Amino acid sequence: MDWLFFGEISLAGLAMGGLYALIALGFVIIYKATRVINFAIGEIMMFAAYLFLAFAGGMEMSPWIALPLAVLGGSILGGVIEKTLIRPMLGEPSISVVMVTIGIASILVGVVEFVWGADPQLLPRFLPRKPVFIGEMYLAPKIAYGFLIGSALLIVYLLYFRFSRGGVALRATASDQAAAYSMGINVRRVFNLSWVFGSLAASLAGVLVAATGGLSPQFGAIGLSVLVVVIVGGLDSIVGALVAGLFIGWLETVAGAYLGGQYRMPATFAVLAVILVFRPYGLFGTHEIERV
Amino acid sequence: MRIGDAKQNYEADEAILSTSTQKIWFAFFLLVLLLFPFMVGSYLMYLGCLVGIAVISTTGLNILTGFTGLISLGQAGFMGVGGYTVAWLSMNTGLPFPVTLLLAGLLAAAIGILVGLPSLRVKGLYLAIATLAASVFLHFIFAEWESVTGGMGGLSLEPAHLFGLTFQTDFAMYFIIVPLAVLMVIGAKNVFRTRIGRAFIAIRDRDISAEILGINLLHYKLMSFALSSFYAGVAGGLFAYFFRVVTPESFPLSMSIFYLAAVIVGGMGNLLGGVLGAAFMTLIPEALKLLTAALTPFYPNAPIFMSPMLEIIFGALIVGFLIFEPHGLAEIWHRIRRFFSLWPFKN
Repeated sequence: MDWLFFGEISLAGLAMGGLYALIALGFVIIYKATRVINFAIGEIMMFAAYLFLAFAGGMEMSPWIALPLAVLGGSILGGVIEKTLIRPMLGEPSISVVMVTIGIASILVGVVEFVWGADPQLLPRFLPRKPVFIGEMYLAPKIAYGFLIGSALLIVYLLYFRFSRGGVALRATASDQAAAYSMGINVRRVFNLSWVFGSLAASLAGVLVAATGGLSPQFGAIGLSVLVVVIVGGLDSIVGALVAGLFIGWLETVAGAYLGGQYRMPATFAVLAVILVFRPYGLFGTHEIERV
Repeated sequence: MRIGDAKQNYEADEAILSTSTQKIWFAFFLLVLLLFPFMVGSYLMYLGCLVGIAVISTTGLNILTGFTGLISLGQAGFMGVGGYTVAWLSMNTGLPFPVTLLLAGLLAAAIGILVGLPSLRVKGLYLAIATLAASVFLHFIFAEWESVTGGMGGLSLEPAHLFGLTFQTDFAMYFIIVPLAVLMVIGAKNVFRTRIGRAFIAIRDRDISAEILGINLLHYKLMSFALSSFYAGVAGGLFAYFFRVVTPESFPLSMSIFYLAAVIVGGMGNLLGGVLGAAFMTLIPEALKLLTAALTPFYPNAPIFMSPMLEIIFGALIVGFLIFEPHGLAEIWHRIRRFFSLWPFKN
């Protein structure tokens, strides 16, 4: 066995996993606060990446201005979706809400294809191009810097939710909505902000992932991998999102490298199936007790 | 409730068609279905066949999702099992179509039971994701098990045959697909007049309460999965006979979502709704094609925008129905009927 190759593949996988963790964090924030499973997260990422393409490529802005603008656009999209389409579904059965997000995903794919066409596109390069070596192992610079930017946001988020007022409000809403209401927390605002923050994480990850792998209207399919991550980690667990994100990213890349690209999805979904059978609420998720 | 229609006994209350007006309309509907292929051109007949296949599959998914409350994202996978079974049997054994379709349904049902096994432990969205995993595995098998499924190239098959007759044209296929669709919808309707169907509904309404009432959850959930996948398998088999080729890409994940959308747009837990939803969702893309063809002389770019428009309309239909008309087309249908039966009075 070639350990150097294995190390390089693992590193690339872990770096990809870092981005998965970021997307999964966005997913978990939305789920924790609003109990909505957001199947449109991949498409929100895609939308932000296309915005970046439009700002940096079409309008020739500096990428470092385009990036925050694109991320801002993605977050606003999340907020608008919550206000206009998810809010009316409050209290409906979860399948209906999920189907609404699937419908939103379809609309976003259509809009993107309408505006930018169906062909795959490359994002303008904006990350440094100098190869990165860790020990002897080579890591593609796009992936390495993507990972660094992603982790920076991840850490900011973790600190924010741990210490800030908004973070406490979010955690309070997640643990008991009625109590949060009676303590004067503006739960509606928490709902809205959770969508904004969740979409923000997804949007940044979207631009970074698209920068490494290109962009097309099918880009949203990455949402499936993220779904695996959040189920394995536990839908309402931030730690779970981090651990499972790294693990699934690693597994996917290693399976793809050693067995062939067609094994990427089955490998991660096999882990998903095992988790569903033995720990349906995920590695770190809360085991909910149901009462009649 | 209609006036002058007091039910005297339990059988009358449970009857599918209770009034003579309903019976006459239903007979008329069947007559139209029978005469339809003689009256219209090949394109409408082709559409009729597509709608028939969609109706079978949607009814199957409606049993599982609409009546038992188990969300499935695996319908296309089960259809694939049916399609590949029919393709393989027709290439290797030459069995007549009723046998191959039955076997396709049974194999799909067996796999459906397997996929349904986690349903005792997980439910709701977790179950949806378990069925999603199943469809990923099935797609993988279709693409990789080359000796049986022909890999990415897929399989092409002989036309359906029975007693020396071959069903080669759309016209001939219509007389397999549509009668089967009618039979299977009536079959589903009958299921919900029995203990089994009522158990499904009880599970949907509250599974824990249903268990306390003495319904064996695993047993009935698996039965619902089996029944639903049987319908999907038959629909997939018909799909294979109709297009005479199956590839892994014939049954993508978007097809599962399409059927889920058809159930929702039609009306969950309503068989009539499933039929309406299947017809509606199948005809929307065709209507859009016609519109595009009509617009192309004025806007030469129209065909380019057709596929994104379709995505947008598809999504908007799902979102719109869920927000504004959660009971779907079936509810609209009832409203129209109520209007006519109460006219000139208001309801």
